[in-house]
Amino acid sequence: MNILKFFTAGSVDDGKSTLIGRLLYDTDSILADQLEALQQSNRKNDDGTIDLAILTDGLRAEREQGITIDVAYKYFQTDKRKFIIADTPGHIQYTRNMVTGASTAKLAIILIDARNGVVEQTIRHSYLVSLLGIEHVVVCLNKMDMVGYSETVFTAITDKYKTLAAQLNLKDVNFIPVSALKGDNVVNESENMAWYHGRSLLHFLETVDVETGAESDLARMPVQWVVRPQTDELHDYRGYAGRILSGEFNVNDKVTVLPSGSSSVIERIEIFDQQPATAFAGQSVTLHLKDNIDISRGDVLVNSDHLPQNSKLIEADVCWMDARPLDDSITYLLQHNSKITKCKISEIVYKVDINTLEKQEAHDFKLNDIGRIVLKTADELAFDLYTDNKANGAAILIDSRTNLTAAALMFRAIAD
Amino acid sequence: MSKYNLDYLDELEAEAIHILREVAGQFEKPALLFSGGKDSITLVRLAEKAFRPGKFPFPLVHIDTGHNFEETITYRDEMVQRLGEKLIVGSVQESIDQGKVVEQTGKNASRNALQTVTLLDTIALHGFDACIGGARRDEEKARAKERIFSVRDEFGQWDPKRQRPELWNIYNGRIHKGENVRVFPISNWTELDVWNYIKRENISLPSIYFAHYRDVITRNGQLMAASPFLNMDEEDVVEHKKVRFRTVGDMSCTAAVESDADQIDIIIEEISASKISERGARMDDKVSEAAMEDRKKGGYF
Repeated sequence: MNILKFFTAGSVDDGKSTLIGRLLYDTDSILADQLEALQQSNRKNDDGTIDLAILTDGLRAEREQGITIDVAYKYFQTDKRKFIIADTPGHIQYTRNMVTGASTAKLAIILIDARNGVVEQTIRHSYLVSLLGIEHVVVCLNKMDMVGYSETVFTAITDKYKTLAAQLNLKDVNFIPVSALKGDNVVNESENMAWYHGRSLLHFLETVDVETGAESDLARMPVQWVVRPQTDELHDYRGYAGRILSGEFNVNDKVTVLPSGSSSVIERIEIFDQQPATAFAGQSVTLHLKDNIDISRGDVLVNSDHLPQNSKLIEADVCWMDARPLDDSITYLLQHNSKITKCKISEIVYKVDINTLEKQEAHDFKLNDIGRIVLKTADELAFDLYTDNKANGAAILIDSRTNLTAAALMFRAIAD
Repeated sequence: MSKYNLDYLDELEAEAIHILREVAGQFEKPALLFSGGKDSITLVRLAEKAFRPGKFPFPLVHIDTGHNFEETITYRDEMVQRLGEKLIVGSVQESIDQGKVVEQTGKNASRNALQTVTLLDTIALHGFDACIGGARRDEEKARAKERIFSVRDEFGQWDPKRQRPELWNIYNGRIHKGENVRVFPISNWTELDVWNYIKRENISLPSIYFAHYRDVITRNGQLMAASPFLNMDEEDVVEHKKVRFRTVGDMSCTAAVESDADQIDIIIEEISASKISERGARMDDKVSEAAMEDRKKGGYF
């Protein structure tokens, strides 16, 4: 059994929390005492049934305002798979929280209110999905019960969305007509839409292929920690501990250490008391090399035949996440996996109006702004382009005055 | 092209090990908060996987309410002996003796809330900049919102509105002097995941997790272990029942469930079929809808 992480984009008005509540409720994932707490709550639907949306509102301020402010993580499982839902807010002022929830997801659920069709918010959410390179998209046309379960409505909206998806270069886009309130096509297949022959949302989530492998040549492992027991019997033990970002490492593979550029051969792979011949993306391992070379935290081990990009000038897409706007006069810290280096913003290339997707000339960057910048780093970074290898193509900016995470970065090119 | 498929327990384990190694790499004086419960026992196993054959880059810290189950303390001491790692104990009794906190009175008195003061004092005394804990997001709705690296101010307070965005698997652990970070490596595990992992790894647990006979009283619909730490009066009827504990905290706030599950397979079956959540047996969460959010804001685990 494996795990699928997905996130939901939409607002409470689209029925996002109700959809998640429905998924949990109809898969029997809500326990009796939680249900009891729900029933005692003052918030009810108009017809007196339980308001499933309350299940996802964790903070007092969210319950008070009836909105989602921060990402909440929810867990459920079926016989087929385990699921982690990042329930992200849909309002534009919480764009950064949606980006946070989406950054670790393999699949995005985009909610459209069937009465309204593709609206400004749909464009914004779909743009973020495209920016973050989410592998699978499920567009749920919700509130089908309020448009008479009409196929004509469904087709008109999906046609319009397909144009947008093509423009944004979205991969693997799927459409499901649902009613989260009534339960149609969420877990159980609907009896009200005989014209729809596809899977229910849950059935889709259980069967979508989420294994990775596309970047198998790009073996990358940032060194997090050097294991050196320095005891009498393990005097020469020197293991490089880290989690493999992408690709695979085999015993006897030639590897290069960056940024130093020195190389060696893998002598042994350890996963605690196991010594496998191969280790691959997602595993936390300890690697031993044949040669004794200087390696410390922040270095990255890579397959010598497929070296990453190496540069101090990088063009990146950026989502600004801090209340303090971008300041090109100060030095930020850039954290790329286990590596931290000083960095300045040398150019703002453009800003994107995320409601219209227009690129605009810009001189400032504020909270939730998205666009393209050029970074100049103190140390050379060994990175891949985000489109080639997400795991080694992303970084964060830290404001060294406040230590807050100021921005999310996706590397797009080496700058001139 | 080969495909890489990690089983869910392997994926959760790899993520937790990655987080533990980030703590080791990013902080000067980390600590692992050890309660004697199954979640922190799981953390210890993960730390072995992350750092062996080397030493742990942090001590284990136990905030001792003085109202523990005896079995927990025995387990703790044997475990520390086996690991050869350092244990630091912060004592709630000492905080009481020093007059820093006042013992609650009344029938439902518990030392649970007093722990926060002892915890913060222990953190300050040793200058810990990161504290690893076994909290999980599936436990409670405020926890569902908390980051894996959760920054606390110098008063130990969690501010849910000022959480740092946490992107990809990149953890920003930079803090100012006086602040500290609470780190939750098993955030993404569920109760069942923990049990399945304990089974797979053949990890031993304090005996109170398994069904055993014990004197209990029924208080607010919950079964509480009869002990000198519980304020009992003539209304309380002591019964001898076969019970086990799903979560282990202070004796005065942890309730038992009636159970015949004396082996891990049966426990896993029982939990899979259960319709009551784990924290349903925690009196401390029953106070109000925002009970956990408020305690976390105050510096709780």
